[in-house]
Amino acid sequence: MTTTIAPPTPPTAAGSSRGPASSPPPPVTPSARTARSGTILWKAVRVIARIVVSLLLVLVFAGPFYWMVLTAFQTASEALSIPPQFWVDAVRWDNFIAAFDRVNFGHFALNSAIVTGGTLLGQFLIIVPAAYAFARFHFKGRDVLFGVVLATMMIPGQLIFLPVFAMYAKMGLLNTHLSLILPFIASGFGIFLLRQTFMRVPDSLIEAARLDHASEFTIIRRIMLPLAKPTIVTIGLITFIGTWNNYFFPLVWTTTDAARTLPVAVPRLEALDEIAPTIVMAGNMLLVVPILIVFLFARRHIISAFTYTGVK
Amino acid sequence: MKTSLLRDRRLLPYALIAPALVILAVFYLYPIGYNAVLSVFSWDLRGPMKFVGFGNFAELFTDPDFGKVIQNTLVYMGMEVSLVMIFGLILALFLNRQGWLSEFLQGVSFAPNVIALVSVSLIFVWLMDDDIGLFNQILSAVGLEPVGWLSDTEVALFSLVLVSVWKSVGLNALIILSALQSIPRYLFEAADLDNASAWTRFRKITIPMISPTLFFLVLVNVIGSFQAFDTINVMTQGGPQSSTNTLIFAVYREGFEYYRVGYAAAIAVVLMVLVGLITVLYFRAFQKRVHYR
Repeated sequence: MTTTIAPPTPPTAAGSSRGPASSPPPPVTPSARTARSGTILWKAVRVIARIVVSLLLVLVFAGPFYWMVLTAFQTASEALSIPPQFWVDAVRWDNFIAAFDRVNFGHFALNSAIVTGGTLLGQFLIIVPAAYAFARFHFKGRDVLFGVVLATMMIPGQLIFLPVFAMYAKMGLLNTHLSLILPFIASGFGIFLLRQTFMRVPDSLIEAARLDHASEFTIIRRIMLPLAKPTIVTIGLITFIGTWNNYFFPLVWTTTDAARTLPVAVPRLEALDEIAPTIVMAGNMLLVVPILIVFLFARRHIISAFTYTGVK
Repeated sequence: MKTSLLRDRRLLPYALIAPALVILAVFYLYPIGYNAVLSVFSWDLRGPMKFVGFGNFAELFTDPDFGKVIQNTLVYMGMEVSLVMIFGLILALFLNRQGWLSEFLQGVSFAPNVIALVSVSLIFVWLMDDDIGLFNQILSAVGLEPVGWLSDTEVALFSLVLVSVWKSVGLNALIILSALQSIPRYLFEAADLDNASAWTRFRKITIPMISPTLFFLVLVNVIGSFQAFDTINVMTQGGPQSSTNTLIFAVYREGFEYYRVGYAAAIAVVLMVLVGLITVLYFRAFQKRVHYR
């Protein structure tokens, strides 16, 4: 019954009970004259325009993926035909077999799994204690040290690859999985995000635990981690996608195939002479499909992870 | 020993942050300094290092190709950032409504963002093939001249921009979208009471309210554009005729293909200064303008 003028409602449509402002598009203002003559026509035009633009978007964003899958299942003559063929008659796996014949993808996939898994695990072990200390302790130099952590986020990683390569060469770390894991486990970004979450945990919970003589380890494990689960999943998803897809560092910090990962191996098909695009696209699917499956299942979570961290 | 350290409440936090700080220092802070040191030496990664003072920089700035590299980097940045922002904003406005269709389109336009840039590059190499690529086949089907997407020195850099925009526009749109959806509804209701036109509402409410997000995205995209490497290495190798050779690719090529580590380090220093300079100037220029009006 309080008829004050629209209190600051939350961005959800909760406060839309009042009159015409329920949905954004049709303000009753400028096109009132044209609206009277053809409201239905105008509405139809809008709906059709929406459908056309929507189809166009699907074509633009999904089209290239479709083209990759299509090519991967075509014969070379189908793929190279003019005019192009937009369908296949039969599903064949020849191109995948041919791709495996040329490049030992099993080896590179294993490396990808080791590096990605190692980075995820290592990052968890390193950033959780660090974020906990930054969030929950007062100690001398804390703010300066946290500033250092934030500053490392600003450094474009690609600028440090030469010095680190030289360092690895001296330490004999070249061509090890460890060399592709170590630099990424102390993510400044992860520490920042997790610290924010830990800071929001109510003091009373921790005080109660301390009264029960809980160790810091117990506090982290029993209170902090369960409450920070969404943040940890967010950091984990971003790290997983970033590490699995990373091309630059496995390329520049290796001199042999020992530790190289899939993104380095797949473009090799393209560099081979006399190879049909069908085989390149088949190899490419090895890299794309696992991540696309993860995306299909965790779409909402991945999108909110990326957009949330983008907005900060 | 270890347990006593972990029990001491004053030392405990230092023990907790030490592993992270050591790694950050070794892999980020030290290399920045070491890179600066390398830039005044001549070194092939194997033999002894030879001090050359500012010789690398002198060579860099007298090399006519280097001007071209800087130009490519800046042109790439300008095109990439403006296209991503314009299309990102348009896409966000289009997706700004409830319903399954919008939800579905958000997923579709975001999908390229989770795919490896290497994979995306390989797909587009195939699509942009001069003779049998789908793009040119479509062009000739509708009676247009084929385009040398990756073989024409005038076009190749733009083709790389297109690929990058295709990959990242969805992410940018969704970040803008979440900013759009956090604009308080009563602002628009008030504008409706004033009979404001759609354009006025957009200009006076929407843009000012999302300007912090736009500001942030431009900066992220600018810094990201300097790091474009995967597309260049997979699609053009810096060619044709160095038309897609950028700073980061030049660092890689000088260092890892020609083994001129000092020279490459000098280019990295130039790149670092450029990124720092643009960031500072950008903050200066926009500090006063970006705020909620």
